[in-house]
Amino acid sequence: MGPRLQHHLKDAGLTALVAAGLAFFIVGFRTYDIGKGLTFDYQFVDLGIAVVTIFFGRFGLSLAADGLSWPALVLGAVMGMIGLAPLELPSTFLHWFVTLGGLLIVLRTIWPWANHALAVARHSPRGVPVGQAAARWMGAALLAAAFVLPMTPIADQKTMDLAVLILTYVMLGWGLNIVVGLAGLLDLGYVAFYAVGAYSYALLSTQYGLGFWSVLPLAGMMAASFGLLLGFPVLRLRGDYLAIVTMGFGEIIRLVLLNWVDLSNGPAGIGSIPGPTLFGAVFAETAPEGKQTFAEMMGIPFSGNQRLIFLYYIILALALVTNFFTQRVRRLPVGRAWEALREDETACKALGINPTNTKLTAFAIGAMFAGFAGSFFAAKQRFISPESFTFIESAIILAIVVLGGMGSQIGVVLAAVLLIGLPEWFRDLGAYRMVAFGLAMVLIMVFRPRGLIAHREPSVRLHPVQRRGSA
Amino acid sequence: MTGAPLIEVEHLTMRFGGLVAVDDVSFSARPREITAIIGPNGAGKTTVFNCITGFYKPTVGRLTLRADREYLLERMIGHEIGQKARVARTFQNIRLFPAMTVLENLMVAQHNKLMRASGMSLFGLFGLKVYRDAETAAIDVARSWLERIHLVADADRPAGELPYGAQRRLEIARAMCTEPQLLCLDEPAAGLNPRESADLNALLVSIRDRDGVGVLLIEHDMSVVMNISDHVVVLDYGRKIGEGAPADVQRDPAVIRAYLGTDESAADA
Repeated sequence: MGPRLQHHLKDAGLTALVAAGLAFFIVGFRTYDIGKGLTFDYQFVDLGIAVVTIFFGRFGLSLAADGLSWPALVLGAVMGMIGLAPLELPSTFLHWFVTLGGLLIVLRTIWPWANHALAVARHSPRGVPVGQAAARWMGAALLAAAFVLPMTPIADQKTMDLAVLILTYVMLGWGLNIVVGLAGLLDLGYVAFYAVGAYSYALLSTQYGLGFWSVLPLAGMMAASFGLLLGFPVLRLRGDYLAIVTMGFGEIIRLVLLNWVDLSNGPAGIGSIPGPTLFGAVFAETAPEGKQTFAEMMGIPFSGNQRLIFLYYIILALALVTNFFTQRVRRLPVGRAWEALREDETACKALGINPTNTKLTAFAIGAMFAGFAGSFFAAKQRFISPESFTFIESAIILAIVVLGGMGSQIGVVLAAVLLIGLPEWFRDLGAYRMVAFGLAMVLIMVFRPRGLIAHREPSVRLHPVQRRGSA
Repeated sequence: MTGAPLIEVEHLTMRFGGLVAVDDVSFSARPREITAIIGPNGAGKTTVFNCITGFYKPTVGRLTLRADREYLLERMIGHEIGQKARVARTFQNIRLFPAMTVLENLMVAQHNKLMRASGMSLFGLFGLKVYRDAETAAIDVARSWLERIHLVADADRPAGELPYGAQRRLEIARAMCTEPQLLCLDEPAAGLNPRESADLNALLVSIRDRDGVGVLLIEHDMSVVMNISDHVVVLDYGRKIGEGAPADVQRDPAVIRAYLGTDESAADA
């Protein structure tokens, strides 16, 4: 034990030294703008704490890797407690840093156990693959939680806002999952169709006074037509080439919206978009001429939360429609053809499947759901401008699909919660939250390279699984 | 050669830039027969296949399929040959849908039939009986093929997990699920052990005799070619150098020369 311990200590010391060298200028100094120029300040306490944390972090990871689970766990727990303790560390970030370090050690220590337990569970004697059973169970639990969330005491304005945001991305993720996850068409310009839906609703409602519910299908059709329009020329391209062209298309739509001032009001955007109504009742404190508010209709006092809760249920319903549609279509010939195209386009051609038409349907249907989500977004925000539809949105939606596990519906939900929810919850981290975001992505890709949920449920079975009718 | 041919290849030439891969090749294959195309590596066998199945557009030549009606294959685009003329094929390097299950692979093969039954997906989306019946029928077709290739127990496994020989058989079954009028097999016996090779022979004979489908076959394995084919076409350097019954082809000096090579004087003769 002696020489190994010594080796670990030496290794940790070396790591800390490298870290100190690297961080000396990055963490050790901080520049300030004092009006006439820049000056700098020393932050050697921060540097010291960071280096000590890195030393113990590395030491803990080495212990864990060496099978010394208990010392590693203790070290991880101590670090976690120090991080969470109300000590006077120079910055909140250091608290997070120490805590995450501890967490990492603990995770690394229990990883082999968890892996083993999972492997044992996977070969359960009941014949039902556990991952699959868990996914179904988790789906039901999440659905129930989503339904009752607005009635729970935690449903304050902040939570509901976040929940609506997450659900919007869940819906977009499910929509893009059809294109990327099922049909295997790498689409980097998905936000274009989202923008088309949003502007369809914004323009039709502010210019022609149409209501949310009548525009919703129109916006979907509009986005689907744009999908077809783009699809015709570009779907003969494969892989990276398709990705680049779709990315260009996303930017073109944004630039058109930015520059075609007569139509879209340019960078100033479109404001005072009416929100959705429930049987003609509006969600506002006072109703416009000839309408009544929801509070009046129900005879209850007005509260700002009512509108949010209503929006929440709309997006929940829209997302569930998307999910239901996808699940259903996956079991139809067209859905199977999508997946077959993803697997091998040449083989599809040899089987007499028309690749262009099949890809077009996937593209148009995916675009349609983005259009629905877009008009919801416009109705929720009441103000839209081209700034909401930048490339980063497409990238986030794609990240949700890829991290969730291509083609997995429940994976999209988990990834959306992770990618949209966590950065919001960790706003305290300030500028570092994007680092945490990146770290989370890297960790997922290292430990689950095929996404959070990599299991693929067959669309049809010859031998029905127990506890389930034939598909 | 008596009787109307199933497929007639006339003056087929395929040039890639300056390279002539297939040079004025004509042959025909009859229905309910196994026709083998043999020849050394680079003789242009796969190019002929790619022309017949629409992956290449021939530079010169006419390809006529006479089945339920007459199809001029060289004028049809890619997937139409599979969809309308119903020419099915397999590939030299197996091309299954690896992440999809064995059963799903066979269901995808019945795409066009099921697509019609599902009313372009509308009936299917609402779960109408028309579609459900069609799907059950398609599963039955798939099951009967799985029985013939001994893969019933593996039906719900991803196709990519199957052993090599099973993947070869599955690819043939998948091609057969399209209800083809002509089946083109590109080296089906490649990489099979002798027992699997014998199984394959039995399967191909049953496709010819039981299903009545004409088979066009590229093969290097002479035990397959000589045992089961009814007619053999020999290519070398893109030209046809021999044709006939297997036993005759085996004795043909031009064929022997192409396969074994000869010294200068013999080559001049």
